[in-house]
Amino acid sequence: MSAVRLGSLARGRAAALGPLGRSAPAVLAVAGALVVTTLVMLVVGVDPSDAYPALIRGAVADGNLEYTIGAFVPTLGMALAFAIPLRTGEFNLGGDGQMALGGVAAAALALRVPLPPGVAVALPLVVAALTGAVVAGISAPLHTRFGIPAIVTTLLVSTPAVALSSYLVRFPLAEPRTGIAETPLLPDAAHLPAIGASGYVTIGLPLILLLTAGWIYVDRRTVAGYEIRATGANREFARYGGVRVDRLAVVTMAGGGAFAGLVGGLIVLGPPFRFVDGALTAPGYTFTAIAAVLLATGRPIAVPFTVALMTILQVGGEGMERDAGVPSQLTQVIQGLVIVIVAALATTRVLRERRARRAQEIDVGEANA
Amino acid sequence: MNILELTFVASVLTATTPVVLAALGGLLCSVSGVFNMALEGQMLWGAFTAVSFSHLTGSAWWGVAGGVAATALYSAVLSVLAVTFRADPVVIAVGMNLLALGLTAFLMRQILGVGGTYTSPDLHGLPTLAGMGLDHVPVIGPVLGSQSPLVPAAFVLVAATAWWLRRTRSGLRLRGIGQHPEAAESLGLKVGAYRHGAVLAAGALCGLAGAQLALGNVTLFSEGMSAGRGWVAVVAVMLGGVRPLRVLSACLLFGVAEALGFRLQGAGLPQQLADAAPYVITLLALILAGAAGRRRRTPLETA
Repeated sequence: MSAVRLGSLARGRAAALGPLGRSAPAVLAVAGALVVTTLVMLVVGVDPSDAYPALIRGAVADGNLEYTIGAFVPTLGMALAFAIPLRTGEFNLGGDGQMALGGVAAAALALRVPLPPGVAVALPLVVAALTGAVVAGISAPLHTRFGIPAIVTTLLVSTPAVALSSYLVRFPLAEPRTGIAETPLLPDAAHLPAIGASGYVTIGLPLILLLTAGWIYVDRRTVAGYEIRATGANREFARYGGVRVDRLAVVTMAGGGAFAGLVGGLIVLGPPFRFVDGALTAPGYTFTAIAAVLLATGRPIAVPFTVALMTILQVGGEGMERDAGVPSQLTQVIQGLVIVIVAALATTRVLRERRARRAQEIDVGEANA
Repeated sequence: MNILELTFVASVLTATTPVVLAALGGLLCSVSGVFNMALEGQMLWGAFTAVSFSHLTGSAWWGVAGGVAATALYSAVLSVLAVTFRADPVVIAVGMNLLALGLTAFLMRQILGVGGTYTSPDLHGLPTLAGMGLDHVPVIGPVLGSQSPLVPAAFVLVAATAWWLRRTRSGLRLRGIGQHPEAAESLGLKVGAYRHGAVLAAGALCGLAGAQLALGNVTLFSEGMSAGRGWVAVVAVMLGGVRPLRVLSACLLFGVAEALGFRLQGAGLPQQLADAAPYVITLLALILAGAAGRRRRTPLETA
């Protein structure tokens, strides 16, 4: 029962509406979330006219903008980690574990194996992506062979995966004699080349944008993309139609995990050029990305834009805490509300369709009578 | 290390209680045909509201009552959206879990005045059974003495639920609604009302679970302190299906794993292993049950 509803969500069923109508649920969801958040602010005595300007300043004022773009890259990557399996109706909530182990793999390779320039950046990223793919890929057979939903297994694998990465960074890979839970500085050859002066924006940005464009192309224009969407719409029908659903589940879960692992690699090879325990999962990229993807209501082309919006909220939240003394956790409240409201709005569409269908049945009934 | 030591049994019960209370809520929803994955967020919300009410009223029992009421109210979001409007329960749950994480972290700074962890000598925790005169009874004294009254209450609730579902008219109706809502409706049962009741009861039970976690197991609130226990409760419901005693055994398995991990940490093993152990063991149990179910051709999803 649930799979059918997930399918309708994954599919994005507002295709008949115009371009403005198609983004209406997203606009309504954000507006609704902001209204409720403002109410929460008023109830606990925070002045919204202080908080919101501080939030915007925190995200886009000069100096902060580069930092926001720096946070956009991992959030977009994690968005793909969630969105790719979601197209088949699977929920990947284990992004944290996939990202952390990907980061550890990249750090270990860069630290232990001397590599020529160029390869020293590319190979750790590939290994990070493969690690993430394996960690996520486990969940596919657990669903297709044992019937355990991926939403549960990805999450259950994630906690031990984060714990394992924490252990590796604190003991085998730790910087000797410091007692700080981080790896030594990675060799210069493994540093991601920076774009611009601040160093926050690296070649990770064009890389992730290119990969996102690739995903959108595959989703729209290729047979694989069609089969993935068909599986999301109706798994059993897709199987009947000759789609190898079980193999597709492995490919999409591993594909999502690869993006999470890649994000881990990009964070570790970027400033401060080491794996700091907890630094990957602390900013909450995984769930910011999930809110963004659900806000995009199943349209890949909208994902980069919703990710940008959610990143501005997330980074701006930290500015709001600095400037206006409003706890930055308020942005998590907004994200949670966005998800709940998106799900609620999806049903108003279902209700409207049901009402229309009922009206039609009555018409037919009267015509027959 | 002696697993049969009574203090070990006591720590298993401590670890199991919040999970089994939440799982009982999940079970009621599962019986009525609603998929409730929002247990994690509700347990966290219950822990926070229980601590807040205890902090504001100066009474642990008012804390428990406030936590139960506030969490039942919070679960009304799921109840209205998933039962009345038939919204996707999985997406609602993902949103509610995230919302609880953000709201509790935000409100604790506003209400309790600190971030991270709140603890204070003024915060009243639940009394122990030893304090209520149970410490002189052999076996029961050492096992239950350090526990709050909610620990035995949780196990009584499991038994009561099992009896209710099997032996009463309303319990039978709830099961019928879950198995075949159309048939139940044609017999004149109000399917929606029963399902609302199940979701709200699950909210109240998660509130109780959170209260036990924050005022019974410890006397503090810290951000994200439910730490995946609500998800373990979801798994316990998958493993146990609609049978309360099976759900209880799944929760006990988790409790043993957590208590064992805690002991191993005391024996010098890294903390990360203790953190991971309950999840690894829960996952393995799920895989074994899935493999067994595959042989019986009844996948977990249909349970």
